Amino acid sequence: MSAVVDTHGHGHEHGDHHGGYSGLMRWVTTTNHKDIGTMYLWFSFIMFMVGGVMALVIRAELFSPGLQIVNPDFFNQMTTMHGLIMVFGAIMPAFVGFANWLIPMQIGAPDMAFARMNNWSFWILPFAGALLIISFFTPGGAPGVGWTLYAPLTVQMGIGMDLTIFAVHLLGMSSIMGSINIVTTILNMRAPGMTLMRMPLFCWTWLITGYLLIAVMPVLAGAVTMTLTDRHFGTAFFNAAGGGDPVLYQHIFWFFGHPEVYIIALPAFGVVSQIIPAFSRKPLFGYASMVYATAGIAILSFIVWAHHMYTVGMPVTGQLFFMYATTLIAIPTGVKVFNWVATMWKGSLTFETPMLFAAGFLFLFTLGGFTGLVLSLVPIDIQLHDTYYVVAHFHYVMVAGALFAAFGGVYFWLPKWTGRMYDETLGKWHFWLTMIFFNVTFFVQHFSGLAGMPRRIPDYPLMFETWNKVSSIGAFGFGISQLLFLYVVLKCIRSGAKAPEKPWEGADSLEWTHLPTPAPYHTFETQPDLR
Amino acid sequence: MAQGATTPRQHYYVPQPMYWPVLGSASLFLMMLGGVFVMNASAGGWVSIAAGFMLILYMMFRWFGDVIGESEGGKYHGWEDVSFRWGMSWFIFSEVMFFAAFFGALFYIRVLSVPDLSSLEHNELLWPGFKGTWPSAGPGFEEKFSPMGAWGLPAINTALLLTSGVTVTIAHWALKEGKRGMLNLFLFLTIALGVLFLGVQAYEYGHAYADLNLKLTTGAYGSTFFMLTGFHGFHVTVGAIMLAVIFARCVKGHFKPDHHFAFEGVAWYWHFVDVVWLGLFIFVYWL
Amino acid sequence: MMLKKLGLGALLLTLSGLALAAEWNLQPAASKMAADIHWVHEMVMVLVLVLFVGVFGFMFWSCYAHRKSVGHKAAQFHENTTVEILWTVIPAIILVIIAVPVTKVVVAQKDTSAADLTIKVTGIQWKWAYDYLKGEGEGISFVSMLATSRAQIEGSAPKGENYLLEVDNELVVPVGKKVRVLTTAADVVHSWWVPAFGAKQDAIPGFIRDTWFRADRTGTYRSQCVELCGKDHGFMPIVVRVVPQEEYTKWVGEKKVALAKAADDETKSYTLEQLKTRGEKVYAANCVACHQASGKGTPPAFPPLDGSKVVLGPKDGQIDIVLNGRPKTAMQAFDRLNNVELAAVITFTRNNWGNRTGEAIQPAEIKARRK
Ligand code: HEA
Ligand code: HEA
Ligand code: HEC
Ligand code: CUA
Ligand SMILES: [Cu+2]
Repeated sequence: MSAVVDTHGHGHEHGDHHGGYSGLMRWVTTTNHKDIGTMYLWFSFIMFMVGGVMALVIRAELFSPGLQIVNPDFFNQMTTMHGLIMVFGAIMPAFVGFANWLIPMQIGAPDMAFARMNNWSFWILPFAGALLIISFFTPGGAPGVGWTLYAPLTVQMGIGMDLTIFAVHLLGMSSIMGSINIVTTILNMRAPGMTLMRMPLFCWTWLITGYLLIAVMPVLAGAVTMTLTDRHFGTAFFNAAGGGDPVLYQHIFWFFGHPEVYIIALPAFGVVSQIIPAFSRKPLFGYASMVYATAGIAILSFIVWAHHMYTVGMPVTGQLFFMYATTLIAIPTGVKVFNWVATMWKGSLTFETPMLFAAGFLFLFTLGGFTGLVLSLVPIDIQLHDTYYVVAHFHYVMVAGALFAAFGGVYFWLPKWTGRMYDETLGKWHFWLTMIFFNVTFFVQHFSGLAGMPRRIPDYPLMFETWNKVSSIGAFGFGISQLLFLYVVLKCIRSGAKAPEKPWEGADSLEWTHLPTPAPYHTFETQPDLR
Repeated sequence: MAQGATTPRQHYYVPQPMYWPVLGSASLFLMMLGGVFVMNASAGGWVSIAAGFMLILYMMFRWFGDVIGESEGGKYHGWEDVSFRWGMSWFIFSEVMFFAAFFGALFYIRVLSVPDLSSLEHNELLWPGFKGTWPSAGPGFEEKFSPMGAWGLPAINTALLLTSGVTVTIAHWALKEGKRGMLNLFLFLTIALGVLFLGVQAYEYGHAYADLNLKLTTGAYGSTFFMLTGFHGFHVTVGAIMLAVIFARCVKGHFKPDHHFAFEGVAWYWHFVDVVWLGLFIFVYWL
Repeated sequence: MMLKKLGLGALLLTLSGLALAAEWNLQPAASKMAADIHWVHEMVMVLVLVLFVGVFGFMFWSCYAHRKSVGHKAAQFHENTTVEILWTVIPAIILVIIAVPVTKVVVAQKDTSAADLTIKVTGIQWKWAYDYLKGEGEGISFVSMLATSRAQIEGSAPKGENYLLEVDNELVVPVGKKVRVLTTAADVVHSWWVPAFGAKQDAIPGFIRDTWFRADRTGTYRSQCVELCGKDHGFMPIVVRVVPQEEYTKWVGEKKVALAKAADDETKSYTLEQLKTRGEKVYAANCVACHQASGKGTPPAFPPLDGSKVVLGPKDGQIDIVLNGRPKTAMQAFDRLNNVELAAVITFTRNNWGNRTGEAIQPAEIKARRK
């Protein structure tokens, strides 16, 4: 392959190496997609720790029945903020970070289409995070309403609720700008010959995710705006006395909320679709059907939202429609699972850390998908709705799904980003500890849920004690294991062995084949010709 | 679509590092914090809002100034232009979805919740005597109010806005033909129609509050009416300001017959605002 | 790979050990509806397990046999239309197989017609109010709230067997009768659930929604509110006692007598002491959750009544707040209490802790301010 490598030092508009500013200001002002990607990833990890500590407060309180550590009000605040921070602060920014780093390199573009706006997308996030954190220090504290912010409980909350609403507005703006950028980059910045159907699957999943985000984040903004006016300006969107309906909020929220869960899942699918072929030394099986399945999931995700609301009392036709639509999602998702397995089949497999995480993802995500299918069936969901079974379901798809994929992705691309190798032994330890403690924490929650333990409670009847103890022990183990991850990453950055030009034998996208390791600050200022 | 993938490219313009974005975030933060204080009757909120507002004005002035400078300085070519087109289209799509949330709320309330609240069991147990006819301010609302009719001012407003859609198109045509005088005239007309629309809208709000006893707090009808028309009015305002900027640039002699995306982007936005109004006219005022 | 197997094995062993000690499956069914749900659940679990084992059989086999370290060379195939069609169609067929029986259960679950007994359930922060609307027992109405003591919750007393699952007034229904449950709420969304009956229905303020159950076994069935409803969401249990028909008839008779006896004379005037004694009970039943027994509340969310300007101010002001609530706060309208109860509790708050107004509020004064 012709290495059209274009390192820095190219006069033009770029000025010197880091363009104009240095020190902290370099990061504040940067328009470089790699810098911005790095900031996204670090921000995400910090938020993961913040949200994780909140999870540990939850688990500590639930270690035994009775109220021990926190009062019920604060417990609800922990649950709410844990959910919001993990979803909007940790997982979503993590994948935007990957997108920033990788998409320009994978399609042969000099940078993102709107480099300046890219900086803005990121620099909104810390301010949104600040609003969320400030809410803890207002009278009444942070809102204790669950990450779903259901009305009319939100109307009872204090100042913290308003701060949270504005934080959601900011997060939404950031996501929309980030997505417009990603979608435009993919549509307009591909190198000659990089047709859509030749793009790495990661780019495809982000193209579709970007579309989902642009479609649903404004809807969430609408929902919280109505909450705000109901709280302060006397509107009656969610108030029966004025002709509104609390359930209307739920509809609007989940119209956003269900696509949101695929916004979390699809980029993870993309990462895994890069890793599995690389370590199977075999091309991705069924590339085209992967693309169609991703699109299919995205389209279906708009017509299934009410499966979160089977118990609100909708007519039987509504229940049936949403149930059938929801179960259909198993088909495209199944196609993806089967394709991944078929990619591994008859490959030449090795199990470095990224592959371990990808395989762990495949196994546990599917398990979570199956519990999702169980929940999608109305009668069963009537039993399980708002119990710990749901909590178990979504941690399987979001932690063992999205988070595992993100870990795998970090290990996979660290050599490309830093030019250094991470410590393979420690990486493997991180995987196994994470894997084991994850299951200890969350598998047992299926049992508590089946037996009838409601979610979002600070105290519980005695019969649930055993599983809660197990789960709490697992959670602390899981949390401590993540310190190891931090250590491995820091060690890699500061003193890792020099990475070879192409650390992974089977990797074949542009960032591996057309660029040196580590990737220089500016890449593809002249596009490679791939025709 | 695959245009980019087949034609060889020139250099793509990647802008300099700058701190307008972080300034923008900080000012949003200040405005929101101030808003929270104001809504919760704490002192000092307005100061924060004002500070944030000044900052964001400054930021927009400088940022757009940079962009205009780059554009006039010949930094943008066909490739960048395509990016702008995609970007603006997706942005307008996100705006459409924002309005969709409020239209969705309106339909839900009209079709489901209000009739439901007047169903037999609800009448018997919770809301005696409530009749679920639209327009409704809900069973708990005791005052009398009159709904806003469609064929007075709103119809005139519809005409104004539709006409402004035509004038902006004529202006665009003039720009492409290089007829600068006509361009300026019709652009000015467009802005004038937009401002007139806003004036009529403001008058209508006054009428609603003073004569119809129709307020934001008038239950579901008042909420949907004012939130939908209010957000629309806000978008008209933003659109009119953008048109004004474009007008100023036209007067200065910016834009070429084959290179004027800023103009087109604003025109698209204006059409979008137009279409939303049509939806409003039909579903909020008329039906 | 050995490691992984060992890890999993160890995990399974621990789990199976623990499984003996703890609850790990759906609660035993006490109605046909619940039994149907269990059956559907089991069927789906079996299908899903088979699929799971199948799919990951392939994956683990390939992890084992197609390793580079055992010298496996990668094949280069990356498409096969036949299998791709197969694995689209087969899941679709499985879904149809699942959908048929499930649909039947859904339809049955939604059929609330021809009930023998209709009960309205109102979720209130944080207790349940039951009103028997139609059928035997019509007219009975009472409030049901957590009976577990604060001491047990805070750990200063040993926890009883039904910790958090016990109430002062149980809902009583006859066995084998179709009971239609109408749910609504006074403040925020709650959700009424009895797992043993397979009935769960959100209680939405301002709306009436319904579900139904027919218990086929007598006994006491326990559960909790399952929609986050604020601070004490974890502390609003649901207890249903299913009794034989004769016993039910007897209970209805007794309950009616008891309710009539407890009915207050609203025309009478009461002394300060009478009102305070009564008020203390009403306070304990309705107000402590927020304003605390100490009257200190948990500010700023829940203000203290001890020393409150409202409580020490003009009495009409306080009557209005308690009667109508404060919109948009957790302070709800207590207009469902009768005039005597309201008079008593208001008198109590005005003459307890540090508050010493010395005023006795009479039921007539409450009546006068009711709209
Ligand atoms: C990454 C996020 C993610 C993903 C991918 C999913 C995927 C799915 N989810 Fe999940 N879900 C959440 C995140 C996610 N979910 C969250 C956060 C909540 C709770 C929110 C809250 O209340 O706080 C939730 C809640 C939730 C509920 C509501 C539960 C309740 O509150 O009562 C339901 C109900 O239908 C559901 C269903 C599904 C289904 C059917 C899928 C499907 O997409 C799964 C499809 C996958 C498979 C089925 C496995 C692979 C397929 C095969 C191997 C093919 C063969 C299979 C068959 C033929 C069966 N989810
Ligand atoms: C992708 C998102 C995501 C992620 C990654 C997680 C991660 C975790 N979650 Fe999360 N969770 C949600 C999304 C997520 N969760 C959502 C959306 C809800 C619903 C909220 C609602 O009901 O509104 C929820 C709810 C939820 C509940 C139910 C709460 C309730 O109903 O009241 C519980 C309970 O166990 C829980 C536990 C955990 C644990 C133990 C982790 C662990 O994986 C976290 C591990 C991470 C760390 C611990 C941090 C890193 C380590 C350090 C900082 C080192 C320091 C550590 C030590 C000293 C030990 N979560
Ligand atoms: C669900 C929680 C809750 C319950 C139960 C409750 N209150 Fe309140 N109460 C509140 C809240 C919250 C406020 C503060 C309202 C506000 O911010 O204006 C309040 C305010 C008050 C006030 C005004 C105090 C002041 O200084 O502003 C009085 C008086 C009062 N309650 C009396 C009662 C009485 C009597 C009862 C029982 C019959 C009761 N409350 C039950 C939550 C509750
Ligand atoms: Cu009532 Cu939760
Ligand atoms: Cu969903």
